[in-house]
Formats: sequence, C-alpha cells, structure tokens
Amino acid sequence: MELWYSEQHTPNVRFSVKVNRTLYTAHSGIQQIDVFDSREFGRFLTLDGLMMLTEKDEFIYHEMIVHVPMAVKQDAKTVLVIGAGDGGTVRELARYPGIERIDMVEIDREVVDVCREFLPGTASGLDDPRLNIFYEDGLRFVRDKVDMYDVILVDSTDPFGPGEGLFTREFYGNCHKALKADGVLVNQHESPYYDYYADSMRRAHIRIREFFPVCKVYQAHIPTYPSGHWLFGFASKVLDPVDSVDTAAWNLLGITTRYYNTDLHKGCFALPTYVYDVLDGGRDGQ
Amino acid sequence: MNENLQRRAPIYEALIRTKRDRVVSFDVPGHKQGRGNPDLTDFLGTQCLSVDLNSRKPLDNLIHPVSVIHKAEEIAAEAFGAADSFFMVNGTTGAVQAMIFSVCKSGEKIILPRNVHRSAINALILSGAEPVYVNPGVDKRLGIPLGMDPDDVARAIAENPDAKAILVNNPTYYGICSDIRKITGLAHDAGMYLLADEAHGTHFYFGDGLPESAMSAGADMAAVSMHKTGGSLTQSSILLTGANMNSGHVRKIINLTQTTSASYLLMSSLDLSRRNLALNGKGIFAKVVEMADYARAEIDKIGGYYCYSHDLANGRSIFEYDKTKLSIYTLDIGLAGKEVHDILRDRYDIQLELGDLANILAILSVGDRVFEIERLVSALSEIKRLHSRDRAGMIDHEYIEPIVDVKPKAAFYADKINMLLRDAAGMISAEFVMAYPPGIPILAPGERITGEIIEYIEYSREKGCILTGTEDMNVERINVVEV
Repeated sequence: MELWYSEQHTPNVRFSVKVNRTLYTAHSGIQQIDVFDSREFGRFLTLDGLMMLTEKDEFIYHEMIVHVPMAVKQDAKTVLVIGAGDGGTVRELARYPGIERIDMVEIDREVVDVCREFLPGTASGLDDPRLNIFYEDGLRFVRDKVDMYDVILVDSTDPFGPGEGLFTREFYGNCHKALKADGVLVNQHESPYYDYYADSMRRAHIRIREFFPVCKVYQAHIPTYPSGHWLFGFASKVLDPVDSVDTAAWNLLGITTRYYNTDLHKGCFALPTYVYDVLDGGRDGQ
Repeated sequence: MNENLQRRAPIYEALIRTKRDRVVSFDVPGHKQGRGNPDLTDFLGTQCLSVDLNSRKPLDNLIHPVSVIHKAEEIAAEAFGAADSFFMVNGTTGAVQAMIFSVCKSGEKIILPRNVHRSAINALILSGAEPVYVNPGVDKRLGIPLGMDPDDVARAIAENPDAKAILVNNPTYYGICSDIRKITGLAHDAGMYLLADEAHGTHFYFGDGLPESAMSAGADMAAVSMHKTGGSLTQSSILLTGANMNSGHVRKIINLTQTTSASYLLMSSLDLSRRNLALNGKGIFAKVVEMADYARAEIDKIGGYYCYSHDLANGRSIFEYDKTKLSIYTLDIGLAGKEVHDILRDRYDIQLELGDLANILAILSVGDRVFEIERLVSALSEIKRLHSRDRAGMIDHEYIEPIVDVKPKAAFYADKINMLLRDAAGMISAEFVMAYPPGIPILAPGERITGEIIEYIEYSREKGCILTGTEDMNVERINVVEV
C-alpha cells in the first residue's frame, strides 16, 4: 500500500508527497490540523489540507520572513508576530539579543500544542522568555494597539479560511496604527504564478500600498509551496529595505543562516518582469 | 413539538425519490434536469438543476396540496405553533398581501403603523382597503421609527370601530417590537383580526430569550420571511394562520396572485430550513445573540459609535428589541449611516443590510461566524480613525406624519398631472416616494405633499439614499392627483 498526501495547487495541478505515516489528525474547531511523516521532507504540517511547513524546507520561509526586516531594523525592541503557531518565526527572532518583547497572536491554540508535540525543531522557539502568546484573532488583537511595535510579521495562512481577515484593508490599516513611526511590516504575500494566488497577492499589495509609502516585494524559493515561487511584502512608513540596510552591522551579529545572507537581501527584491507587471497592473484598481 | 415529525422533510424526500427513480421528463421545465442549458448547469450545479422540476403527482402541487406539500406545511405549522401554514414562493410580499386580502375587502379599513413595508400599502392599492395609520413615533436621537404604543392603537380602534384588522410589524426593520400580545387582545376585543408582518421575525419562533412571536401572542395571521434569518432561499416565505382563520379561504386568496409553477428549489429550501430550525434553532440563535452581544461590546470599545439594543425598551413604543440585530448609530463620528454603509461596501468589501441617515444595521443569522464579526468591528475602527469628522452641519431626520387625503386605490387610479417634485407642495401624490434604505414610504398614493416632505426627500438624495417609487426614475418629477 502507498499513502500519498496531495494538495490541489490549482484545479488542474496536484502536488503529492509520499507519506510514511500520519502522526496527528483532528479538527480544532477552527481548522483541520494534520501532521505527517515523510521520507522526502521529514515531518510536515498541513492546515485544512494545505501545506504549512516541512522539516526539510521550513528554514527558507522562516529565515526570509524574519531576517530581511530584522536586518533593516536591527534596533527593533518590540515585535508582533501574527499567526506562526509552529514557532519557526519566533525561533529566528529569538536569535536577536536586542529584542526585548515578542508578542505572538495565534488564533488556534491546538496548532501550538500539536507543533510542540510533533515539530520540536520549530516549536523550540516558543520557549523564549521574551515571548508572550495570545490566543485570539490577529485582527482583533491589533485593533486597539497604537504606536507599539518596531516590527510586525504576518505569518498567516492563505487568504481563505481563518486567515482571511489578515489580508484585508482593515487589518493593514490597524497594523499601520500599531507600528511605530519607523516600523516595518512584513507579510507572507502568496505566489505570483498561479492566477488564484497571484490575485490574492495583487490585492494584498494594493491594500498595503494605500497605507505605507514604502511598499516592496521580495521573493524566495520554497519547494513545497504552490509553484515553489513565494513572495513576501515589505512595508514601512520610512525605511527602504535595500537602501537603509546596514549589511556590515548585520554580519557582525554572527547569526548563522542557511538561506538568507546579505547579498541575497539585496537580490531578493529584484523580481521577474512578469511579477512586476502583475504588481503594477494592480495600480489601476482591483 | 414532536421531534420525530420535525426530522421529516417531505418535499425534500419526494425530490430525492424522484431523482433516484430516474423519471424521464416529457413535461416542463424544458431544460430537462439541466441538459438543455449547460452553462446554467455548470454555474448552479447539476444537483440544483436536477430538482428544478414541475409539479406532478409524487411531488404534489402548491395550488392544491394533498400529499408531500400538505404534509410539509402541516409539519411547519407545528414547528411555528400555528394552526396552518402556507408555503409562499412570491416572497413575504405575497404573504403580506394574502393576509390583507384575506380579511379586508374594498372600502374596509385596516389599522397599521406608518412604517409598514411597501408590500402592505401595495395590497391596499390592489384591494381598495383604506389605511388608518398609527404614528409609530420616532426616537429623536436615532431618527428611527418605533413600534406602536397600545394606547395609540386603542385610540385608533375607538375612532374606527368599523376597521377589520390591525397589522403589526414584529419586529420593524430596525428590530423594534410592539407589545403584540396586548395589541392582539385589543384587536380581538374589538372584533378585529390581528395580522403580523414578521418578515424579520423568523427566529422569534425558535430562539430562547427573543421577543414573542405572533402565533404565540394569539395573532390570526403572520407573514414570516424564512429566507431572511431562517436560511431558506431568497423569495421563499411562509404564511401562518391561527385557529380563527378558514384555511380554505386563505388558500383561495393566495392562489389569486401566486404562480401556478411554484419552484421546488424554493419549497424544498423551506422544508429543510424548517427542519434545521426546529431541531437546532435554540442553539443557533443562542450563538447569534452571543455574537451580536460580542460585536456590541467590541464596537463600544472603539468609542464614537452607539450600539443600541434592549436598553432602548420603554415598555410602550419599544416593548422589546431584537438582540440579533446589530444596529449602530453613526452620527457622533460625523458620518451618516449611509456613508458608513457605502465605505464598508466600497473600501472594505463588507455588505450591510442598511444604512440610513443616522444608523447602520447588520443582520446576524444562522450563517454567521465570528471571523466576519472581527472584520466588521475592525473596519468600523478604521473608518472612525480615517474618516470621522466634525458633526456640525449635519441635520437629523424626523418622522413625518402622513396626511391621507384620498384612499390609496383612488389616488393610484386617478387622473394625474406630472410636475416637478419641488413645485408640488400642497398637491396630493398619486405615487410612492421611498428612500432605500430603509424602504419605508415617505409618500404613498393619496397623501398630501408638504414642504417638509420635499425637503426631506432632497436631503435623503444628497446623502446618497436610493430614491424610488415614481415613474420618473430620477424622482425629480411626480404624478399628482388632478383636482
């Protein structure tokens, strides 16, 4: 018998991973949570049947969502993370000694509990003493926060299902309010390749651009996400991600990484022409 | 309530049997289970088209129900605590008209609050019945019409002892309930029928701690929009009758205007919604009230908005308030309700039920989740932050007492002169003027046009309300009765 996990990347494209065994399967009341073990990618977590992370390639996503903004804002003291119940984002943040406080808002406590049990490699970050975990809707959490954070990282699921509220105009407006004057907002920005994801990306980009004068997009290669080509949005009221990064200072921090480096920092903001076109095409409307 | 009986859904079951038997159709509809219209089938789904069938023996006939529709109506009557129920496929508009036609002939009077739905006034035009309006009063701050004070109803009865019926909104569009039990008593003591427009009251029959339903208060007829808060398909509705009504007579009245090709999609949706509400309604509406209360608490935290609820109740014109409705007063942030309504729709992709001059209204029902509530609350927080302005210069609206000079039917069919609305002060209107939202008549046929009314119409226009009712699509000209 062969057991395969399949994700429908489009109605006509499937991505499959051969599974050794199922480690966990349950509905949390918010979403379906599954953890599988595989030969190719090690253990992996899916939410509502969609791939969230694998032990093998999670470092790419987590390094890129954290080190790009942190290299720009190396003096960050307060960081808000939305989503990220697996702990990978917090694990990377915890490597910056200058951070004094990390607030993490995860809507689903069961994701955190399941990751602690089955994915200790990422969940290890959740034990950092600077971390405060809030189990509530991210949209609700930021609503009453004003001028509080140096960095906000939106490590959300896709904009359908529980993460939907994190791709809305009201959410980006609230983040703008919650950020300090030179704060930085980074969000996972979906993929530019398949139409369905590209549309989400474009809408998110348009909405962020309404609030933030600096609004750039950077890319990473994540093998287990649809098309493998994934984007992140970088937004700030003042800081340009490439011009204002002090690469020498970051390298002196001595943080060892496997994907991120300061050359890549500059390079990842250079996008394929078709991606620029999709993003610019958004300028005329939705 | 017999739970085993409520588990049944006879129309739905008959459709499943028909589908399973693979009956060959040489009758209408011509799409033949969707085969004849592939684009529509692709869009709506094979399952949907395959049960879009015509009336036939195993599926009964809404005009003269004797088997599965009859059974489904019986079970629904039990669920609602009514003597009889009638499935309606012409909307609650059809149900309201059937109520009025059933008890009022031409020239007979009916007592009703001014803030009735236009379907009720249309019924008066068709039947020739004469309206006796009770001023529902208005909340000065919120600018919304209220319920009927029983003393005002008693006065209307004393002045019009020949009236045949009293119509009560249970609740109003804004969720306000009159003391329907007391008014039913007044009506019955005077030998009048009590009719209830329960277009927004389906959930009263199934949830705990909600205002009293018309049937439980002893009303004679009630028009219930299952599709509004009960989960059935748009345009499906139920007419309920009490023990005093002759069901054969009511059926005959319904058949005057209702289609002879009743949709099985609509009827099966009534059947399944009734089953769901009868079996799960208590839990569903407890959750709805909990979500509405949560939203009110969160919106109060933002400040600037006023979420009103049962705190409005005064025992008379506001006997009870429907807590499932999320009504929010917006003028204190310097924005008309309609403006907030439009910003929510255009900028935040959030559609509300209505925005009037001072309020917005969100309807919470069987399908809502807390995720969407969070979006609404956050969007309201953003609108206050980004769009609020000084309140100065904004005028409040007031309830305007109608002056009925001519019966609606007479005015509707009279010889008319077409003139500019702004020049029409002093004339008698032959048309409706409605502002949507909230869809309550500013003018109805037979009523005198005053300077105050013209000013109010212009103000509504300026604030972006959709004005309708006149032949002139722009509502700049109006037909008046020739004198």
